[in-house]
Amino acid sequence: MELNLLTLCYLIASVTFILGLKMLSNPVSARRGNLVAAFGMTVAIFATIFLYEDNGEKLHNYVWIFGGLIIGTIAGTLAAKKVKMTAMPEMVSLFNGMGGACAALISAAEFYHIYELHKDSPATAFAELATVGHYITIVAGAIIGTISYTGSIIAWGKLNGRVKDYSFKGQHIVNMIVLVLVIVAAVWAYQSTLGNILVPFMLIGFFALIYGVLFVMPIGGADMPVVISLLNSFTGVAAACGGFLYDNKAMLTGGILVGAAGTLLTILMCKAMNRSLTNVLIGSFGGGNKTTAVEGAAGPQGNYKEISLADAAMVMAYANRVMIVPGYGLAVAQAQHTCHELEKILEEKGVEVQYAIHPVAGRMPGHMNVLLAEADVSYDKLLEMETANDVFKTTDVVLILGANDVVNPAAKNDAQSPIYGMPILEVEQAKTVIVNKRSMKPGYAGIENDLFFQPKTSMLFGDAKKVLQDLCTEIKAV
Amino acid sequence: MESILNFISSNQQIIYIVILMIFVGIEVIGHVPSVLHTPLMSGANAIHGVVIIGAIIVMGKAETDNYLALGLGFLAVILGTLNVVGGFVVTDRMLEMFKKKKAS
Repeated sequence: MELNLLTLCYLIASVTFILGLKMLSNPVSARRGNLVAAFGMTVAIFATIFLYEDNGEKLHNYVWIFGGLIIGTIAGTLAAKKVKMTAMPEMVSLFNGMGGACAALISAAEFYHIYELHKDSPATAFAELATVGHYITIVAGAIIGTISYTGSIIAWGKLNGRVKDYSFKGQHIVNMIVLVLVIVAAVWAYQSTLGNILVPFMLIGFFALIYGVLFVMPIGGADMPVVISLLNSFTGVAAACGGFLYDNKAMLTGGILVGAAGTLLTILMCKAMNRSLTNVLIGSFGGGNKTTAVEGAAGPQGNYKEISLADAAMVMAYANRVMIVPGYGLAVAQAQHTCHELEKILEEKGVEVQYAIHPVAGRMPGHMNVLLAEADVSYDKLLEMETANDVFKTTDVVLILGANDVVNPAAKNDAQSPIYGMPILEVEQAKTVIVNKRSMKPGYAGIENDLFFQPKTSMLFGDAKKVLQDLCTEIKAV
Repeated sequence: MESILNFISSNQQIIYIVILMIFVGIEVIGHVPSVLHTPLMSGANAIHGVVIIGAIIVMGKAETDNYLALGLGFLAVILGTLNVVGGFVVTDRMLEMFKKKKAS
């Protein structure tokens, strides 16, 4: 009876995962979808704790289990509640790493479990204790989980600037070698006797750790969302390995579901940037030699002109339509509220204000929408790229706030550019362009932006929040 | 060859689930607007936290005096819970903002 109840609970969980994911892909039902999936997860967790039986024996160590659950819940909630809007992508990456580590630890524990059962006969080969299929699930869980763990940690470090892009010549060959070493160690461990299995098993973990680091290291920071999404689907597969191991349908369905959906999502994200996944993974976009070559080829760029706050305020106050293009700089400066204030002041002056949102502005797709929504910017003021590009022709002033690569005309004109082919916001169609940046430093992709040197463009240097505040004061005074 | 066939027939249930789930996963999110990419990724991230079930099973099966197994399981439970709880809470926070925007 109880076991049947457990099956029912897992069935409910599986269905809620599918439903939840489905609802998450629609703006209207997204939030409910998240709650539905969370509900299913809670059911599955408590059903496992109280109903699961292993050969007719209930689980024990309840103190430990609940201890872990409570610590994890408190830490997880605090971290997720406290994190700033700008740092959410990092947080997702970190949580993903935790899941990967969890999957790897489960595999290690299972490995150890088999070892413990037979440790009295050290001469037995591991191959005699586990079938190939069983072994592959254990080891695949360990390897994929570990790669996902270190990969996510590096991605986290890159997003918050603690880890710099790093690549060297022949990196892809080295990566391949390390990956082969992981598999060699796995085969070696399978052939080993229990007495000396420890070394190859450690090597599997060691090489997988290294591979995770090397895999993410050369990929540019701007591509981290894609990488996190990919690692996300890796962790899904690792979780599914666990489901295979324990013949647990909830883990299996949940894991595979995320594995498949995550892979598709990764590809969709690449498409939003008009690039292929291989291009992202191999291209080492944004860091390394290729970029330097391009910069060298482009040569010195002309002069740019600065505009004073008072002039900028004047131009904007007397415009008919102002289009704001937010970018990562806005997020970093936490200037979304000030930005909304500027919008209100301008509207009082009779200026029509809209926002042009590039799908990959910021560090994550949708980053800018979330950020501006936090500041209560109305939904219908946010224009998607295609719509915005039509409106630019009739726009008087475009105010670019800390965005760079998404308005770089090189993506259209310069076939040599690493971002060539990416759809951009065509701001140069507007009458005037005012660019707010902290300095002339190139953006995340590490390439120069022609836009800044065009005659209709003026630069307004400074921290986005400070500049916006000053602009507000100036415009009020006009 | 025979071993592969044996493997398929003895695990056919699981293999069916895997194949069907791959299609469900792809089908279900096929038409997601790009604005929702991040929350969807975050939500999927929380769902693969289902790996916590495995951690609970490992923990619950471990001998009470086997500290290595206990330690591994305990760590796995903490990490898994972080993934699940943190994942759902972060996703909810992201989506909360979308909702506010709709209302206004």
